[in-house]
Amino acid sequence: MKSIPLRAWFKSGDPWVWLIGGAVSLSLIMVVGLLLLIGVRGLGHFWQPPIVATTVTTADQTRHILGVIRSSETLPAQSVREAGVDVPADQDLVTRHLFHLGNRDLTGQDFAWFTEEHMSAFETPADAIVLERREWGNFYGHLRAVIEDGVVVAEGESAFEALQARLQRSNQLIADSVRLERYEIGRINRDIERQRLEQRRIELNLQLSDDERAARIAASEVEIARLNAEYDVLFDELRALRTSARRDALMAVTSDGQEVIIDLANVVRATQANTMSVMDKLVEYGARFWNFMSGYPREANTEGGIFPAIFGTVMMVFIMSIVVTPFGVLAAIYLREYAKQGPVTRIVRISVNNLAGVPSIVFGVFGLGFFVYFLGGNLDQLFFPEALPAPTFGSPGLIWASLTLALLTLPVVIVSTEEGLTRIPRAMREGSLALGATKAETLWKVIVPVATPAMMTGLILAVARAAGEVAPLMLVGVVKLAPNLPVDGQFPYIHLERRIMHLGFHIYDVGFQSPNAEAARPLVYATALVLVLLILVLNLTAIAIRNRLRERYRSDSE
Amino acid sequence: MNDDTSPMMPNIGLAAASGPRRRLELSREDISVQVRDLNLFYGSAQALKHINMDIARKRVTAFIGPSGCGKSTLLRCFNRMNDLVDICRIEGQIRIDGEDIYAPGIDVPDLRRKVGMVFQKPNPFPKSIYDNVAYGLRLQGVRSRRSLDEAVERSLRRAALWDEVKDRLDDNAFGLSGGQQQRLVIARAIAIEPEVILLDEPCSALDPISTAKVEELIIDLKDSYTIVIVTHNMQQAARVSDFTAYLYMGELIEYEDTGKLFTNPGKKATEDYITGRYG
Repeated sequence: MKSIPLRAWFKSGDPWVWLIGGAVSLSLIMVVGLLLLIGVRGLGHFWQPPIVATTVTTADQTRHILGVIRSSETLPAQSVREAGVDVPADQDLVTRHLFHLGNRDLTGQDFAWFTEEHMSAFETPADAIVLERREWGNFYGHLRAVIEDGVVVAEGESAFEALQARLQRSNQLIADSVRLERYEIGRINRDIERQRLEQRRIELNLQLSDDERAARIAASEVEIARLNAEYDVLFDELRALRTSARRDALMAVTSDGQEVIIDLANVVRATQANTMSVMDKLVEYGARFWNFMSGYPREANTEGGIFPAIFGTVMMVFIMSIVVTPFGVLAAIYLREYAKQGPVTRIVRISVNNLAGVPSIVFGVFGLGFFVYFLGGNLDQLFFPEALPAPTFGSPGLIWASLTLALLTLPVVIVSTEEGLTRIPRAMREGSLALGATKAETLWKVIVPVATPAMMTGLILAVARAAGEVAPLMLVGVVKLAPNLPVDGQFPYIHLERRIMHLGFHIYDVGFQSPNAEAARPLVYATALVLVLLILVLNLTAIAIRNRLRERYRSDSE
Repeated sequence: MNDDTSPMMPNIGLAAASGPRRRLELSREDISVQVRDLNLFYGSAQALKHINMDIARKRVTAFIGPSGCGKSTLLRCFNRMNDLVDICRIEGQIRIDGEDIYAPGIDVPDLRRKVGMVFQKPNPFPKSIYDNVAYGLRLQGVRSRRSLDEAVERSLRRAALWDEVKDRLDDNAFGLSGGQQQRLVIARAIAIEPEVILLDEPCSALDPISTAKVEELIIDLKDSYTIVIVTHNMQQAARVSDFTAYLYMGELIEYEDTGKLFTNPGKKATEDYITGRYG
């Protein structure tokens, strides 16, 4: 008798509703949890915590330390004792803190664990500063004085204000010198390279007489000499800027009393963390976040910004979309509208569907073999023989990465477009044909516009897949550090042959290939967050476009 | 409603159980469409068997018959819509204005401009009302805004839709009601000035009021166009048509003046069908 209500409950279908509801909730919780995790860890990185000073006393030494606490954990005393740390016998649990001590150039120890039992009370000294440096990572210490050309110009209380003013000046000079180096000098270097290639081309041109060849090479030499002269002028300018940026320095004392002099040219920002109000910290947070988004990476990618990676990812997805949409749409239209439906079409369709299941690294290998070596190599032979054996298109680059991804996402676009074409009511085609339209006119004026939302759906799926793909890109164009963006002010403005940085690969590189794993970890979270947000933005844009199209081509069959 | 007793209901007692097959005699210049010994096959199944008929110019001809009898198939032969069906094969001749439309070298889009068609379900394009009506003209290369404007207004007026949509020509056609959509589709068909208009059950998806409007329109249009209408509704055939053809199992059973066919059918099968004793 007892089993009857249970059986009735099963028959009612409720268990399935609960099962489905549970599965959906679980998925949602996992997605939200993941986003929260990377959000909190990633965004937390830019918040300046207080700088803590304390004294660590162990059996063999006493050490004053200054830094910020990165994380804390509590362990059973037994395991700590086994690791050789001295803990009182009556204690069961030990709390230890991971300190970011900085000063890598002085101590070689960026991060260190200390057990709480060995520490004196925490202090937050008002004059403690943290310097974000271009080299050697952060510096933690106490500011003593600001120096100009070896002469002390500010000391004590007023030192920090003087430091900020001079820091602004030196940062401006550094920015100028970087601009000069990257754009002006870069342009001259490229022009000289172009002249060199021009000379090589003249040498390879068998139609020229010897005299003519000599004359042209001489003209090119004159041009090179002129460029070199220009280069010398700019280089002097650059040197002057750099010297000027190095004019100021600061003197600081580390926690163990060592006096250090640091060039302001090496300092990105200085923060007196312990005297900052919440408002100040928010401003500082914004500045750091902006630096992260808009800056170039430093120190083997463990510091600085990720702008080139964002730019590279967007460019690649963009070019991929431009390539994959027409190909996919045309293929689908042919398969659905023109191809004779039969065994061959069916095999093609099955193959296309299966293509979507091929592991992406296989596409990467194909891209390397076909696009880079075969296509790129032949392009070089045909159009850039003067640069050989140095490859122009015959090496991994943006265009090949985009094409490989286009190939990878082609099945998605084909399948969705075909579905869209199938869904269009027969009556609509007949209506157009009955008005004297040819098949092609019907296709372009009625069918394709109505199927655009379906094509956009395919593109959305393609973008989502492409933006997150890493494995094949490592073979066909993505690198750890690309010196130049694929778009700049140099003719032809878009350099499809250049290698690019990519957020997905950046995560892998920073997380697993970095020499300073502890420092890089928050950047991994922050970069992951940016990647997720970027994909979200790309998708939302595509979805917004699709919804507008849908509104326009709304048909009562939907 | 359509199920009220029609004055044209046939008198059963007068019906001849069997008789000579009646043929409509029309003079040459009154014939718009000539069908001669038409056989149509879907694969190996024969859907139309030896159809012979003449369709009168500027008159309304109705095809009636049970579902699957081939009336829509026959209609679709007139503008070669059956070409879209791969397995469809046709024997015999159809002449429109004396020209064999299945002859090799016939330009099918050209034929369809001459023979317009309206379908069972309203099928406007997902475009504005204006663009729907202008579609056929634009296909013919009409670009001038003024002549398009004129043609759109003329066609919509002719389809008795102008007053309802003149203020929202740029709205999506799907915003119209079913009846309005069907009249829009008719306007779209007459915008390109066809000679023949084929109507394939144009009112089966419409409510009675819209049906009445479309029927009025059909009667109104027969001054200018040859109209062929397929319908399931015998009252409708009786109301709008001048001639009626009854098809059954792919055969043309009877083709006669509408009044005569409904009051005094020549065949028992026709009589059974129109009195509801079919099957």
